[in-house]
Amino acid sequence: MGPLTSTFTRLYGTKGWLALGVFAVVLLVVIPLLNLAVPETSPYHVSTYWVTLIGKIMCYAIVALAMDLIWGYCGILSLGHGLFFALGGYAMGMYLMRQIGREGQYQSDLPDFMVFLDWKEFPWQWWGTDHFLWAAFLVVAVPGLLAFVFGYFAFRSRVKGVYFSIITQALTFAAMLLFFRNDTGFGGNNGFTDFKRILGFPITTPETRMALFALTGIVLIVALLVGRWLVTSKFGRVLAAIRDAEPRVMFCGYDTVHYKLAIWTFSAVLCGIAGALYVPQVGIINPSEMSPANSIEIAIWVAIGGRGTLVGAVAGAGLVNGAKSYFTQAFPEYWLFFLGLLFILVTLFLPNGVVGLAAKLRAMLAGRRPAPAGVAEETA
Amino acid sequence: MRMLRNLCLMLIVATAAYAPAAAAIDRAVVEKLAFGDTSEKLEAIAVLVTEGDPRAAPVLAALADGELQTAEKRVLIVKGDRATDAVTGEAVAPLPAGREDVVANNRLRREIGSALAALRVRAPDRDVRLAAARELSDSADEAMLPLIRKALELEKDAEIRSLLEMAQATLQLRSPDRVTRLDAIRTLGQSSNPSMKTLLLPIVSKKPDGAFAEPDEAVRAEAHNSLKAIEGRLEWGERFGLLFAGVSLGSILLLAALGLAITYGLMGVINMAHGELIMVGAYATYVVQNLFRAYAPDVFDWYLACAVPAAFAVSAAVGMVLERTVIRWLYGRPLETLLATWGISLVLIQAVRTIFGAQNVQVENPAFMSGGIQVLSNLVLPWNRIVIVIFAAAVVTGIWLLLTRTRLGLFVRGVTQNRAMASCVGVPTSRVDTWAFGLGSGIAGLAGCALSQIGNVGPDLGQGYIVDSFMVVVFGGVGQLAGTIYAALVLGMVNKFIESWSGAVIAKIAVLVFIIFFIQRRPQGMFALRGRAVEA
Repeated sequence: MGPLTSTFTRLYGTKGWLALGVFAVVLLVVIPLLNLAVPETSPYHVSTYWVTLIGKIMCYAIVALAMDLIWGYCGILSLGHGLFFALGGYAMGMYLMRQIGREGQYQSDLPDFMVFLDWKEFPWQWWGTDHFLWAAFLVVAVPGLLAFVFGYFAFRSRVKGVYFSIITQALTFAAMLLFFRNDTGFGGNNGFTDFKRILGFPITTPETRMALFALTGIVLIVALLVGRWLVTSKFGRVLAAIRDAEPRVMFCGYDTVHYKLAIWTFSAVLCGIAGALYVPQVGIINPSEMSPANSIEIAIWVAIGGRGTLVGAVAGAGLVNGAKSYFTQAFPEYWLFFLGLLFILVTLFLPNGVVGLAAKLRAMLAGRRPAPAGVAEETA
Repeated sequence: MRMLRNLCLMLIVATAAYAPAAAAIDRAVVEKLAFGDTSEKLEAIAVLVTEGDPRAAPVLAALADGELQTAEKRVLIVKGDRATDAVTGEAVAPLPAGREDVVANNRLRREIGSALAALRVRAPDRDVRLAAARELSDSADEAMLPLIRKALELEKDAEIRSLLEMAQATLQLRSPDRVTRLDAIRTLGQSSNPSMKTLLLPIVSKKPDGAFAEPDEAVRAEAHNSLKAIEGRLEWGERFGLLFAGVSLGSILLLAALGLAITYGLMGVINMAHGELIMVGAYATYVVQNLFRAYAPDVFDWYLACAVPAAFAVSAAVGMVLERTVIRWLYGRPLETLLATWGISLVLIQAVRTIFGAQNVQVENPAFMSGGIQVLSNLVLPWNRIVIVIFAAAVVTGIWLLLTRTRLGLFVRGVTQNRAMASCVGVPTSRVDTWAFGLGSGIAGLAGCALSQIGNVGPDLGQGYIVDSFMVVVFGGVGQLAGTIYAALVLGMVNKFIESWSGAVIAKIAVLVFIIFFIQRRPQGMFALRGRAVEA
């Protein structure tokens, strides 16, 4: 085995790779086959509703991964990650709006909302967004740049803990207000919707949907592996040290600003990519994605799954959002009660989330003391 | 029509001048008013105004109110089942049969309105005169010029005088005589009424064909000066208005943030449910209001006296329960506290939605809080805003006394500064925590009570204030009550000043961005406590 392969294989144990393999096969082979090849009348058919729902949840799972990287491993709680997600979504949304072409209600080159506002040409923010590659660049660059600049100033001034959380919340709140304005040029409170096609393919056909779904699955798995690689590397150990005792790490001669800035920016970029995958699947993006409530919900996905375990973050996003789509249909009144209680009970009784709980139970069954958090993932 | 009326008027003025001892109220005129067609009626009104007899006022008022009736040749004022003769003022009983209404159309009503004002401007009662003068300065008619002049000779009250002078100047501006116009413009220049500005503007502006509406250069120059003077005074009104709006917003922010300054600033608890405690206070006010409306409608105006303590008690109780059941297990883990209290806020929102419905509820102002004080012609300070500014000041004073002059305050400060030492000397720290958290929550309830008086009350009320409250506390410096007060006022002012030239949303964004940068520069707020630099 060469050094690269060994770097790769040591990320997970045999069981871990096996589980990941099963996960990948289900996402990339089984679900597409059940959706496209099995006829709709068959009980094994997976409907487009489910494909969209699972695709959406996978996007959230990527966001949860990004959140876990900074919160679980570096101790920085961001209450503004919804902003990066939405920025990625808006960048992709601009491209999708340009793809509508003249098929809008007003048969104009401009999107309908611009015609409605009586604008004659695209504002400067829209420059180049008719090219997919430029839009894809924006998906990464806009959240990344914003996070870099914001993080640089915040970390350099040693803003941390709750202060940092609160100013990230203020940031996303300010951005939401900005995007609600029609003059900002992103469709005001309606945002972007009614997309027609992506890269020339009609966006609503099952094949396009499945392609987007599979792409999301691949990004999720890659993000999981890259995240795992990051946190098991020396870089990841320094991050954990910063989380546990930042002054000591500084006195050991590390410049913690660089480490925090790097993982913070990476996390924001990951959110942007998730947003870009989310928009074509869900078919709408509007400023409410930036509301502080959305961002804080991301934190509870991670907390439920288990902070400091990447698999936990993914599981948490799946659990909470699965419950959400069930509850909001079955008992719409009780969803907020449920979510609220989840916040309270998890922080009080499940500090390590379900992954921590599973590890604890397993340890109890084996008659041993519970393993510390983080080790659980080795066996997952 | 207008020319005819003016001609007629001049004639009447001339006759009136030559016959000073004319009969008090002319039968012919009243009959014209009652039996004539619209143009004749208008003439009759003009005559009554020119004569300026106060006894004409009831007749005109009766016409406007549809109480003027005719019976054969007599003109009667009929109120219910009693009638008086419009000319002589004698009572007529019993009511004659076959009466007919005198109909007044809208045009006539308008004329009557200003005519009545002209007649009443010489009434003995000051308030009646003031109201009449106000009406005249807004809608005067050339026919009233002699009357206004006469009233000005007799009037002593400064406020009424200035109003009458304005009315006079308005009329004189239309005069063909250059000197009269100049005089009028000078008088207008002393006004600070925005509607006078609109009178002067046409004088200095050009007509579509490029020529000035006012041919005389000197008059134009004078109008220009007067305009400048008025604008200068109006600007002061705007500045004071802005200042007051800033103080008002600042006091609202202060109320919303004060409770947080105690729970977060002193105790270090990140209470994301703070906004919902405000909302609970607002709903408590709503419930008290409904109870008063149902059981004590006579003293409805005093419901706030009950609502203020009720809002405090309910929010404080909710806060203390939360502290006992959830928050106390999370002391020293701020990020976990943040998430758990966010969960609490969701539960509270949904609970209120389930109990009171998702719609906004109506909370009515007591009568004494509606309306406002007119400080300048273009500046009215609404009472509810003034009351809230006073209320905020009272709450701040109360908290300050509580923290510095009572045993509980001493304990709270002691536990804040050194928990272990406080515990060693016998302070029941955990009970103090509960009380302090209850106090902070109760103040949030007071804020809710105040907010219910100026805005919508709905389940989402608190969500709008949570970010703002944290901004205020963090900006002022954690652990500093004085800092919170300064921060609230500064943010309120800055917000309103930016708002005045950029709109509300941009102002809000600018303030948020400003705070974000400010925290980067001074992470401990405006009033920092000294500490170890590396842990700062």
